[in-house]
Amino acid sequence: MSNKEKHWQKTKGHMFVTLALWAFFSMVVFLFGYELNSASFLGYPLAYYMTAQGSLLAFVIIIFWFANRQEKIDEEFGFGEKEDD
Amino acid sequence: MFKGGFIQNLPKIYGLYTGGFLVFIILMAIAEQAGASAKSIGIMFVAFTVAIYALIGYLSRTVQVDAYYLAGRQVPTVFNGMATAADWMSGASFVALAGGVYFGGYSYMAFLVGWTGGYVLVSTLLAPYLRKFGCYTVPDFIGTRYGGNGVRFCAVLVLVLASFTYVTAQINATGTIAARALGIPFEAGVWVGLVSILLCSMLGGMRAVTWTQVAQYIVLIVAYLIPVFWISNKIGAGVFPHLMLGDEVARITELESQFGLTKNSAADVKAAGVPGGLKSIAVAHAGVGAGGMAVWKYISLAICMMVGTASLPHILMRYFTTPSVKSARKSVAWSLFFIFLLYSSAPMLATLSKISLMDPNLPTGIIGKSISEVQSIEWVKQWSSQKQVFIADFNGDGVLQLNEWFMRTGVVVLATPEVAGLPYVISGLVAAGGMAAAMSTADGLILAIANALSHDVYFNMIDPKADVRKRLIVARVLLVVIGAAGAYIASMRITSILGAVAWAFDFAMSGLFFPLVLGVWWKRATKEGAIAGMLTGLAAGTAYLIYVYPKFMGNPAWLGIDHLRFGLIGAPVCLVVMVVVSLMTKAPDAATQRMVDEVRIPSGKAILGRQH
Repeated sequence: MSNKEKHWQKTKGHMFVTLALWAFFSMVVFLFGYELNSASFLGYPLAYYMTAQGSLLAFVIIIFWFANRQEKIDEEFGFGEKEDD
Repeated sequence: MFKGGFIQNLPKIYGLYTGGFLVFIILMAIAEQAGASAKSIGIMFVAFTVAIYALIGYLSRTVQVDAYYLAGRQVPTVFNGMATAADWMSGASFVALAGGVYFGGYSYMAFLVGWTGGYVLVSTLLAPYLRKFGCYTVPDFIGTRYGGNGVRFCAVLVLVLASFTYVTAQINATGTIAARALGIPFEAGVWVGLVSILLCSMLGGMRAVTWTQVAQYIVLIVAYLIPVFWISNKIGAGVFPHLMLGDEVARITELESQFGLTKNSAADVKAAGVPGGLKSIAVAHAGVGAGGMAVWKYISLAICMMVGTASLPHILMRYFTTPSVKSARKSVAWSLFFIFLLYSSAPMLATLSKISLMDPNLPTGIIGKSISEVQSIEWVKQWSSQKQVFIADFNGDGVLQLNEWFMRTGVVVLATPEVAGLPYVISGLVAAGGMAAAMSTADGLILAIANALSHDVYFNMIDPKADVRKRLIVARVLLVVIGAAGAYIASMRITSILGAVAWAFDFAMSGLFFPLVLGVWWKRATKEGAIAGMLTGLAAGTAYLIYVYPKFMGNPAWLGIDHLRFGLIGAPVCLVVMVVVSLMTKAPDAATQRMVDEVRIPSGKAILGRQH
């Protein structure tokens, strides 16, 4: 397998992991909204908290993490960009 | 003080600007104490901020194509994040979101998850690859990747349909706010709004829109957060509302069971003469509906908004302006961070607003008081006279019940500062924030449409030999024409703000999501597949919308897929047709396959050059 193909394999893997996390916080959590709401977090009912703030915060963290790790993957295979912003 | 170029000095420039804006707020507060009228403060806020945006628009004028279409590809990561956040958060987000949460509760909050979760799709599937491609517009990518003007034209068609649906709602919002703040009729307000919008974008295209959007973001976030923190502290709910409103949410639930959540029948509401669009609280604040259908309703709405987010051209094109692929990725993260600041505050504002009105222990509480007493409160008088709030004494006992108090959704944001007894200067600030939110989104949308028509239709299809001067003139003329068309339709008041906004997501999702994603992720996707997918996806989605929307054919929704969710019909049709037709047609040639390989790695030159 060429360098490019290996890079793409790893990039695809990273994409699927990221999307799995995304699906968890955007859909799986809310499959159990009714059940989760009897638990509480910071004093808020849990499902209410997730839709008002928790999942939103999770998405922010997921994207920062995704970008950093993808940068490392690019550098590992020598496809990183030189200029810094 | 300023060494080096504009870009090096951005933090300083916008730091000064933010400081200047805060000083302006303080000056207005002093003017209020000195006896300036509420009306003149409102006018000052809107006029001052719009004048600043126009000045930025003028200073960013350009005669370069790459500056006009891509802001010169030199917008730093964090600033592009702010610009995207302003581009994204519309007048509806600013004015109607907290109100939606206030009346709709948990099931409405699927919008919050949908409008943020979509950015994960943008960053993983699209933004970095489109940046590497180097396209000017979204149809520019589709046209070059699949090859040919036919496919390019289909992409333009979807783009125009989705963005235009969205832009009328934004011009509508600028009109409403301008009309209120300046004291002019709505129809005139719409045109004032349009002129303000065009002042920001006409001379400098993407470059001007970028730098005004950053300025608009600062105004809108300041205008949203100050009231939330102030009210929370004033009523003793907590220093940091986002982490400390648990008790208030619990208290609202308690008060709901004490007062009772009653859904008024449509006949009662009509008989009492409640003005259209006003609602009473009938849904639990924090409760979650049980059962499979409630879950499906929530998740299906979130999916439509997420996939739609990842297909909206005016958002995707913001990531064409960063200096590199990695900065495009980081920039998505910053965008969502800046959006998160406002979206996570909307439910808090709804909570504070609701408890201020409901809790009899607070001086602002009105539920359970006598109606004559409530009607003599200053803000109730004012907003009643504008038909924004209404009291209907259904049981005739002279006491205000929870189901007898009606409000328009926008009132939650616009009137809560007054309800909580904040000085009027905050209401002026909120008006300026709403104006900033609506203008920035309208600018992004009008530019997306005009750029697609000028670059893809005019330059690529009609006159490929046109010189730079002529291209930019055409681009600007189109900007004015599209803006005017949007303003004309907005002045006819056809749809409510949120209905139309959700439709834009469904249109974009039906026609563009899979052609964009498969263009990067599936080399075998062909031109014929893309054309067939876009057209059938769009047709299926639109047909279903007509079939189900109450004002068109009004048939019962199939599996709960109503007119807000018609993308769930369009997008799968698009995917299946695109895959089947692609596999039936000849695989893309070697050059196209190499191009896709090249897009997948960040290093190396962009596929399309700076000037094309």
